[in-house]
Amino acid sequence: MAEERIIIAGFGGQGIMFMGKLLCYAGMMEDRHVTYMPSYGAEVRGGTAYCNVIISSEEIPSPVVSDPTAAIIMNMPSLAKFEAAVVKKGLMVVNSSLVTRAAKRKDIELIPVPATSIADRLGNTRVANMVALGGFLAKRAVVDIATVTAAIQEILPASRSHLIEVNRQAIAEGKIYVEAHSSAAIWSKLTRGFGFA
Amino acid sequence: MSRKGLMCGNEAMAEAAITAGCRCYFGYPITPQNEVTAYMSRRMPEVGGQFVQSESEVAAINMVFGAAAIGARAFTSSSSPGISLMQEGISYLAGNELPSVIVNIMRGGPGLGNIGPSQADYFQATRGGGHGDYRTIVLAPASVQELADQMFLAFDLADKYRNPVMVIADGVLGQIVEPVEFSPKETANLPKKDWALTGCSGRAPNKIRSLVLGDNELLEHNRKLQAKYRAMEESEIRYESLETDGADIILVAYGSPSRTCRSLLKKYRQEGYRIGLFRPITLWPFPYKALAEAAHGSRMVLVVEMSAGQLVEDVRLALLNDSIIRLLGKPGGEVIQSHEVQSEIEKIIEEFKIKGR
Amino acid sequence: MTKVFTRPYSLKDVETHYCGGCGHGIVHRLIADAVDELGIRERVVGIAPVGCAVLAYDYFNFDVCEAAHGRAPAVATGMKRARPDLIIFAYQGDGDLAAIGMAEIIHAANRGENISVFFVNNAVYGMTGGQMAPTTMIGQKTETTPRGRLMEQEGSPIRVSELLAQFDGVKFVERCTITKPKNVNRTKAAITHALRMQIEGKGFGFVEILSPCPTYWGLQPRVAMKMIEERMIEVFPLGQLKDIEEKK
Repeated sequence: MAEERIIIAGFGGQGIMFMGKLLCYAGMMEDRHVTYMPSYGAEVRGGTAYCNVIISSEEIPSPVVSDPTAAIIMNMPSLAKFEAAVVKKGLMVVNSSLVTRAAKRKDIELIPVPATSIADRLGNTRVANMVALGGFLAKRAVVDIATVTAAIQEILPASRSHLIEVNRQAIAEGKIYVEAHSSAAIWSKLTRGFGFA
Repeated sequence: MSRKGLMCGNEAMAEAAITAGCRCYFGYPITPQNEVTAYMSRRMPEVGGQFVQSESEVAAINMVFGAAAIGARAFTSSSSPGISLMQEGISYLAGNELPSVIVNIMRGGPGLGNIGPSQADYFQATRGGGHGDYRTIVLAPASVQELADQMFLAFDLADKYRNPVMVIADGVLGQIVEPVEFSPKETANLPKKDWALTGCSGRAPNKIRSLVLGDNELLEHNRKLQAKYRAMEESEIRYESLETDGADIILVAYGSPSRTCRSLLKKYRQEGYRIGLFRPITLWPFPYKALAEAAHGSRMVLVVEMSAGQLVEDVRLALLNDSIIRLLGKPGGEVIQSHEVQSEIEKIIEEFKIKGR
Repeated sequence: MTKVFTRPYSLKDVETHYCGGCGHGIVHRLIADAVDELGIRERVVGIAPVGCAVLAYDYFNFDVCEAAHGRAPAVATGMKRARPDLIIFAYQGDGDLAAIGMAEIIHAANRGENISVFFVNNAVYGMTGGQMAPTTMIGQKTETTPRGRLMEQEGSPIRVSELLAQFDGVKFVERCTITKPKNVNRTKAAITHALRMQIEGKGFGFVEILSPCPTYWGLQPRVAMKMIEERMIEVFPLGQLKDIEEKK
């Protein structure tokens, strides 16, 4: 892997920054070069929250991601904001539980994951972010899932250690979902709603 | 043991200050450096230090003044509007020769501006934003690790010269999270602070004052200060010169824009173009001579900065040849994108018919 | 022969720049006396203001620091936080403390910094040539209130002691004057008390001293003293406004 430039976007409270930081931490644990840049200020309080993560085998010049190779889109406004930025043949993982409109881009790989629904099924709607992350990692193995699980233990404060398991489960479910739906037949059925095919 | 951790620039700067022996932090919240006050409020009590959330930046810089006057290592941080409020205090720190460290995580101005990353306080920092003939050493990091490393350096230089030292970084560097290691370095032969106000036990009373009313006394005081500034110019210039040897185009940038520029060097080298990067690390004293040498023989020098054009003035002073200087300046708290730099480079390549391989 | 009167060791034997009849010299002396008597000369640090007492560091025979105009309480905060074992006092005038430095004094007081502040109130700006101070009295003529201070235009004199006494962080507030020996003794006791409380770690102490400015009041020194008793005390009543030690 040369360099993966990722934008993660959603609304405040969806754990967008946690996803970014987690990915970054896992990258560091695997001795990759990593940067993470959150959006800050008014935007993190309620509106669109997003962050930039770069994971690379080489030194990272600029931490600012203007041409993401991948995006994880957790809500509708984020789709509008970042859809156009993703590079050609780039990856866009979309939380299809909340993003109901079709993506316009035809030249990128679109992976819908009903992250919020899966999280609800796991009994904790707040781990939708980890479901989406699992889905992303199924397509782009920038870091090992085992490393991500270990990273969760490192960065979750002790008072939240009881949440490690559900986070781990959510990542696994997201990965399983994307892998299971990757066969062509299911794929075309699933993406129809997104204006594909 | 030093272990790599993942921290944002603001937190790394705060932790580095503690590792450098600073036990006094005074500050007022302002975006984009709020992580510093939050971090210090948590961390200082753990290491037996002091954190005061001051009533204003005016108070913060004067608390630093007080702590510095009794010989403690003290620092404050803020962002552009807050740094404006500190200018009086910085002038007093310089006039009284009190070692101190001030960090500016710059945002868009003028006025309240916005909270986007900016480099528009270059003049304020390098020309002395307060009154009187004084200088502060100005350091400009380009990564979280460098921000941490420069905090150690800043405290040492402050003590070495009895002078305020500023670290200025655009908002991107305060906010980005990168791996960082803290390895405290031995500080070599710093002068004893026998001037500090520690109570006049076993010695004559000390006084710290910048009011100098006698005939020619202030002139003498200023000459002494100027001699100190010349010594800084002699010994403390720092810069990075990357592939500037024989380069046709030289990019000049500091802070996070320098990273955008650096990422382009490789791309153009692969295409056979000779493009170099000159990055001043001390903005004052500015590496005039080194830049002039690096730019010798190049066709064009492109200055890339997140302001309407401030660094470019020092580049002009260094090269004394405006015809080979171009500016890509972006004010308003907006990040300079890689394609914007590329398009400037392409223009130069075309205009001067610079050949790739 | 017994020596009954001597210059305090903490006061240098130098001529001051103060005008004839000025109160600053007396207040300096009282502080120096208190420092000597408490035996803290070798661990006290004073902060001189901007204003007439700007040169106080030339008169006190212990460590003294300058502060920018109005910022002495912030400087004191920095010092005390860095070295709690030192005894820190700020010496401020009415312009320094109650105009430009109002934010710093209020917040240092409200934080309950363990410092002492001596506030010399002479109801006029001396150093800059007799302009209105925040404590200038209604009707009082100054360079910038040539028809006398008007409440409708310049507001009324600020009673700083009353203002500060309301904060929980403030442990001792007393307003005194130096018009006659009894008052001088009372002032010295208040200064000593504030410093002792700081030594014992009991918190923020504030002593306001009504002081004459014959030069810019345009009065003979003796008349200026009378002026304090006849007019100033009416606006700024003397007495202890707060002392947490009294409750015991």
